[in-house]
Amino acid sequence: MRYLPKSPSDREAMLADIGAKSIDDLFATVPAEYRLSRDLNVPRQHGEQEVIEHFKAFADKNALGYASFLGAGAYRHYRPVLIDTVVSRGEFLTSYTPYQPEIAQGTLQALFEFQTMICELTGMEISNASMYDGSTGAAEAVMMAVRVTGRNGAVVARTVHPEYREVLTTYAQHQSIPKTEVDYDPATGRVDLAKLDAAITDDTACVLIQSPNFFGTIEDVAAIADIAHKKGALLIVSIAEAVSLGIVKPPAEADIVAMEAQSFGVPVGYGGPYCGVIACKEKFLRQMPGRLAGETKDMDGKRGFVLTLSTREQHIRREKATSNICTNQSLVALMVTVFLTVYGKGLKELAEQNLAKAHYAAQTIGGSGKVLFGGAPRFNEFVYQGSRTSEEGNAALLQAKIVGGLPLEKFYPELGPNASLWCATELTTRAQIDAAAEVLK
Amino acid sequence: MGDKFVGTPKKASVHVNQNEDLIFEKSSPGKKAYRLSELDVPAVDAAALLGDAVRTDLGVMPELSEIEIVRHFTRLSTWNYAIDLGMFPLGSCTMKYNGRVNELVARLEGLADAHPYQPESLSQGVLEIMQVLSDSLLDITGMDSITLQPAAGAHGEFTGILLVRAYHESKGNPRKKILIPDSAHGTNPATAAVVGYQVQNLKSNAEGMVDLEELEKLVDEDTAALMLTNPSTIGVFESEIHKIADILHAKGALLYMDGANMNALVGKVRPGDFGVDVMHLNLHKTFSTPHGGGGPGSGPVACKKILEPFLPTPVLATKSNGTLTLDYNRPQSVGRVRAWYGNFGMFIRALAYILANGPDGLRQTTEDAVLNANYLRAKLEDVFDLPFKTASMHEVVFSDKLQAKNGVKTGDMGKRLLDYGFHAYTVSFPLIVAGAMMIEPTESESREELDLLIDALRQIAREAEENPELVKTAPHTTRLRRLDETTAARKPVLRWKAPVASTQLTPDTAAKEW
Repeated sequence: MRYLPKSPSDREAMLADIGAKSIDDLFATVPAEYRLSRDLNVPRQHGEQEVIEHFKAFADKNALGYASFLGAGAYRHYRPVLIDTVVSRGEFLTSYTPYQPEIAQGTLQALFEFQTMICELTGMEISNASMYDGSTGAAEAVMMAVRVTGRNGAVVARTVHPEYREVLTTYAQHQSIPKTEVDYDPATGRVDLAKLDAAITDDTACVLIQSPNFFGTIEDVAAIADIAHKKGALLIVSIAEAVSLGIVKPPAEADIVAMEAQSFGVPVGYGGPYCGVIACKEKFLRQMPGRLAGETKDMDGKRGFVLTLSTREQHIRREKATSNICTNQSLVALMVTVFLTVYGKGLKELAEQNLAKAHYAAQTIGGSGKVLFGGAPRFNEFVYQGSRTSEEGNAALLQAKIVGGLPLEKFYPELGPNASLWCATELTTRAQIDAAAEVLK
Repeated sequence: MGDKFVGTPKKASVHVNQNEDLIFEKSSPGKKAYRLSELDVPAVDAAALLGDAVRTDLGVMPELSEIEIVRHFTRLSTWNYAIDLGMFPLGSCTMKYNGRVNELVARLEGLADAHPYQPESLSQGVLEIMQVLSDSLLDITGMDSITLQPAAGAHGEFTGILLVRAYHESKGNPRKKILIPDSAHGTNPATAAVVGYQVQNLKSNAEGMVDLEELEKLVDEDTAALMLTNPSTIGVFESEIHKIADILHAKGALLYMDGANMNALVGKVRPGDFGVDVMHLNLHKTFSTPHGGGGPGSGPVACKKILEPFLPTPVLATKSNGTLTLDYNRPQSVGRVRAWYGNFGMFIRALAYILANGPDGLRQTTEDAVLNANYLRAKLEDVFDLPFKTASMHEVVFSDKLQAKNGVKTGDMGKRLLDYGFHAYTVSFPLIVAGAMMIEPTESESREELDLLIDALRQIAREAEENPELVKTAPHTTRLRRLDETTAARKPVLRWKAPVASTQLTPDTAAKEW
């Protein structure tokens, strides 16, 4: 029990100070029939070395040593060593939510820097200090739009990440927010603008799109914003691949950006923890969920930072609350901040490498079939339709220690069994791309 | 303040901690902290590929060298208080030691880089982690089924109440209201509202516990559930919990337990044994995953068999050949509450904690947490008012009643604790105690650290008596003094803006008319 800092004699002495005979006296208010009289059925106590061996054995059962072309909302990017150096510091890792700002300026200033960089990159005026992830962030953004507009419906592009749409369905259902999905143009893989226009009604609070979308293609944000705004609806843009912001124009025409920042230095980690964030126009500040770090001064006039506008928050408003977000993703936001500080303006060069790798992969791998949605620009993902089913193709690739693209039939049955979503990042090598193309030939 | 009493902190003294500007103020064009690998495919013309969508300007992103970045964040870190520096007596927050082996195993290759869409045949290791953790949490809670998907405690509450709603809907009527004691966490009523329920407040009795008579009066066929924190927010075990469960069940309502305070129960008492139908756990509290300055958390939801059909998809399952799989075919599911499977990195850390402790360690942990809280109570109840005399579990709630006579409030004494080298206790909670001082030491504190806290609080009580101005203007030794939160909220400054470049003024030579 190496984490417990009391000796047996400490315990004895403390019990005596309390005036208790034994530890059981302290549990006397628990009715006897509910006290557990056996050991818990959990793994036995392990030594530190055994704990490590245990997890190494788990890791060995996974895809160790495979090349991977998976993206679809979770992206492999190089993580500069500095990120873990910083977040491993106990003062960041083991600190609490900064409710006592005098002794939490490190976290607060870093969050303020995070908010600033998110604003610069997304073209929005304000940003919160993180949400759970991109999927819940998008759902919260829709609820926010309903509050802002006083309208009630959401029009959602089918090219938004399918799991994000599922999460939105769960949230929207109990807020009685009707949700309409709009199809894509089969030539471009982008939102069908005519269908979008027809889907927006007088009661539409917002249009939710993703760009680059689930197929990797970049939406015409300006045109979509025009259509939404003409009918009095807000435009929410979800961004799942944040590195795209290094080379793709920010969605400045949007009213709200609901982003997943995992690409900025957060491990893929089997889907979490990630870092959602909501950024928006300043006029929507009072309806924005989540925590905010704000600048102020102390009694001596020195610059400092505090969590601010907590009057919007659940612990003040209780049942009047419009969101129940409490713990957010502060440490993950710090990872993002370090990543963005290391790359800085160099985010452009990083994004260009992604663009080049994906372009080469689309040309090379696409040679054995076709690449869909060629009529629109894309970032680092593409939809490949091979001559055999994705399942067969992927099985052959696994033999060569390659994890192929994500089969799309489950989410988009109309694309058939041969379509899959491929991603290449700066970590994908030419040799891996060539090897995958060779197997699929 | 003359020669009035000024206490002497034994734990802390002022130390050098360096000034540091915002990262943007340190940036200069052309500096770089990165170098990419050489591009091994042909370079592309971004403008040609992206057309109108190409970005030309990134805005004011910082440009610095690696050493400057290391110093920046290291200096910022020295401005934070943290568990690694000492005790956080924050009630209901369970700030305990974070074992470092947890961090190491969470970063192992094969776990940290596992992709959520990689084939199941290559994911057996990650799925096994989820399985062993799930099984452990089920035995700890005494429940039947679990989802690890919720991203935080409040997200777990949301999921749990969705299960309640789906259960009642399956019986033909979702019901209308959720009962919430006035002592509840603020997230509880917010959650009920977000799931579309009316909140009905339930008054606590003189002991700070659920008033059974009041409960009996309020529960009816429209009640979907009671959301109960047990041990309660004043650190007291609801000793008539079985009666509470019976009253609810008799009317077809369910008992939801907020598991934020499970650190008082693990290995000693199981909620499933005393009638709880559904509950969430906070892995970042009870199971020692680090708080990280405010997240990430993880809020698994455990439930009884009757609620299992409604769990979010996917659900972890075992195939006939013994391999693990994710089951999406759940027609009665409430749907998804988050993309993929939850904060997997936190599952690793929580399981590493369970492995490091084992059944004997988990039980001893609970006993030590309760011992520590009672020790603080015994050593402080002669100087601070104790509004509820009921036996304490893992935390104790005092009030500022004795000190308020001199104008010293709970918040002031909390701020003064910073000068003594501690984080403040919880000051704004629970709402049923005016001027609450809510203290939860956890098992991680040695007798020596507890004695330092006791000594600090006793000195502060004396300062409040003999030198109240000193306490009312605390903290005095921190890097910054009290911050102006009112201005921060009235005129929000939420991002840095580059100062407007000063332009050279040129003399106006045009004819003047004045």
